[in-house]
Amino acid sequence: MTAAVPKVAVWKFASCDGCQLSLLDCEDELLAVAGAVELAHFLEASSATVAGPYDLSIVEGSVSTASDIERIAHIREESNVLISIGACATAGGIQALRNFADVGEYVSVVYARPDYIETLSTSTPISDHVAVDYELRGCPVNKSQLLHVISSFLLGRRPRLPSSSVCVECKARGTTCVMVAHGTACLGPVTHAGCGAICPAFDRGCYGCYGPADTVSTTAFVQLLRSLPVSDRAIERVFRTFNANAPGFRDIPGSEHAAVGSPRATS
Amino acid sequence: MTHRNGTRQLDVQALARVEGEGALHVTITDGELTTVELNIYEPPRFFEAFLRGRSYTEPPDITARICGICPVAYQMSSCLAIEDACGVVVDGQLAALRHILYCGEWIESHVLHIYMLHAPDFLGYAGAIAMAQDHRGIVERGLRLKKLGNRLLEVIGGRAIHPINVRVGGFYRVPTVSELAELVPELEWARQAALDTVEWVAGFPMPDYEGDWDLLALAGEDHYPFMGSRIGSVSGRAQFSVPQFSAHVHEEHVAHSTALHGRLDTGEYAVGPLARYSLNQALLPPLARAAAADAGLRGECRNPFKSIIVRAVEVVAACEEALRLIGEYSPPSEPAVPVMPRSGVGHGASEAPRGLLYHRYEIDSEGIITSATIVPPTSQNQRAIEHDLAHVVEANLDLDDETLTARCEQTIRNYDPCISCSTHFLDLRVVRL
Repeated sequence: MTAAVPKVAVWKFASCDGCQLSLLDCEDELLAVAGAVELAHFLEASSATVAGPYDLSIVEGSVSTASDIERIAHIREESNVLISIGACATAGGIQALRNFADVGEYVSVVYARPDYIETLSTSTPISDHVAVDYELRGCPVNKSQLLHVISSFLLGRRPRLPSSSVCVECKARGTTCVMVAHGTACLGPVTHAGCGAICPAFDRGCYGCYGPADTVSTTAFVQLLRSLPVSDRAIERVFRTFNANAPGFRDIPGSEHAAVGSPRATS
Repeated sequence: MTHRNGTRQLDVQALARVEGEGALHVTITDGELTTVELNIYEPPRFFEAFLRGRSYTEPPDITARICGICPVAYQMSSCLAIEDACGVVVDGQLAALRHILYCGEWIESHVLHIYMLHAPDFLGYAGAIAMAQDHRGIVERGLRLKKLGNRLLEVIGGRAIHPINVRVGGFYRVPTVSELAELVPELEWARQAALDTVEWVAGFPMPDYEGDWDLLALAGEDHYPFMGSRIGSVSGRAQFSVPQFSAHVHEEHVAHSTALHGRLDTGEYAVGPLARYSLNQALLPPLARAAAADAGLRGECRNPFKSIIVRAVEVVAACEEALRLIGEYSPPSEPAVPVMPRSGVGHGASEAPRGLLYHRYEIDSEGIITSATIVPPTSQNQRAIEHDLAHVVEANLDLDDETLTARCEQTIRNYDPCISCSTHFLDLRVVRL
């Protein structure tokens, strides 16, 4: 960063607001962060905004309308560094379930006047549209990791966060494996680390909210899941959530319903 | 600057300090208000469409993602609806744990709104960070209170945003007595801090305005309502059980708007803290009830600007309720009641921090959802927000543009609108008055 006080902006696309809320949830650090940077655009927190360019832009949410495409291109032009945060911004979010369906039918189910609704047929990650300098996973992101990523870029360093699976965090935490010990279906082996392996510590299988880990074989894992008393439809559903559109989760071996635009799409 | 003649236009292209994305446009022609436009451009996400075909066990995780600020509200209303469809009642200590979890969400969400989104309007700051330069101790008190709310969510729910420990029938794992007991000292601090918060916000300058619409909320039985089965209105005209919700509240797709508006069969209404308080103030726990009286609130509160006081009173109540329930807690033998699917329809309602949240699901005999309806509080409040805006503008035409625009934004924030709860809430266009 070149500026004496870095200008930071926070932007929202289609999302639940939870990832930018993570920043406000840094109760112990918020005032210190606010003192070290100029929060030039953060509408959830302040009505005072400062025009670009920005040293760092933090983007939440997925691209799901035509105007989103123009807006993210403009934000990219205005930003020295751009990071996307959360499953919506990095994978398309749960609203990317439309990618596997007919969005026109979706509109007609929810709205009486579909002709008023403007939406794209897909919900896609920020990196499908502009260059992204770093993607922070999670639904929602881990606020400690978010602080690490922000402070790394402000110091001119690459963030150093593990790209292993949740299993590594679960072992480090000392939790008994719910899959081995209880036969509970758990996506931990194929899911990106970062949450701290919360679900198995609460006697629950991981449900994949941090998306696919970097180097995993979903094919081999699905074979393992099939050894449990779980139907194929249930296996498909477990991948079709907040990171449904992420490569690695998108094409589930044996699934009838592939994503629009993916090599498996036949109908 | 006041223009007696000609057109005067007030625009806020991107509303700040609300959850989600919206814009405000007001036009005044020859000294008279001609249009108020609350434009919500939050894109649709189609939850009700993609819930079809999902398992009956999934809505707590999926619908939480409608809102990162009030995920527990979505989890609770969806669990109650599905349990209703399956003929199961979750009670005893499992219900108590849900109640404590919900207290955590009320504290987290209300304190976020009071300190970071709404108080800056009353005191003339752009936000809490700017406010901290002059009132650092107060902002730090708010942050510590908010953190305590989040801590309750983490201990019972596993994490603050999108808790992982909620399931249909109860929880995956219930906390130990000592895990909850560890929260008590900070909760006792928070109870006092919440009382101090009531005193602080009760001293704010309150614009003089009273809404004339009916107010709708859960009607509590033994306690101030978080989850419940009866709905009532302050006028007394609406009294019905939760499964009757869709028979009494009609959603309309209005001309010039793509928003679905909620309308009671007995007339216009609003939901939220004013409705909860006005209907249930006798059920507030003792300290909260006394704090409300000290703050000058009477049996009914119809001034939407005073919602900030009611929220602060409800933070006191949430602290008291959490302390009471933790004191009475003994871990249930099982973390959840078994819920077996059966073909049917279920309804559930709970009080999200911003008001009544209704869910309805139809499931088949295999437990697959065939239909879902979600009515969030903010979509029910859209009409009331526009109505208030028109009154506030007409009553304050003498204010200069900047002050009047700020007053309009404050009026919208009175409802703590959660625009991200987008299932039913988008792109509200011009309203002619």
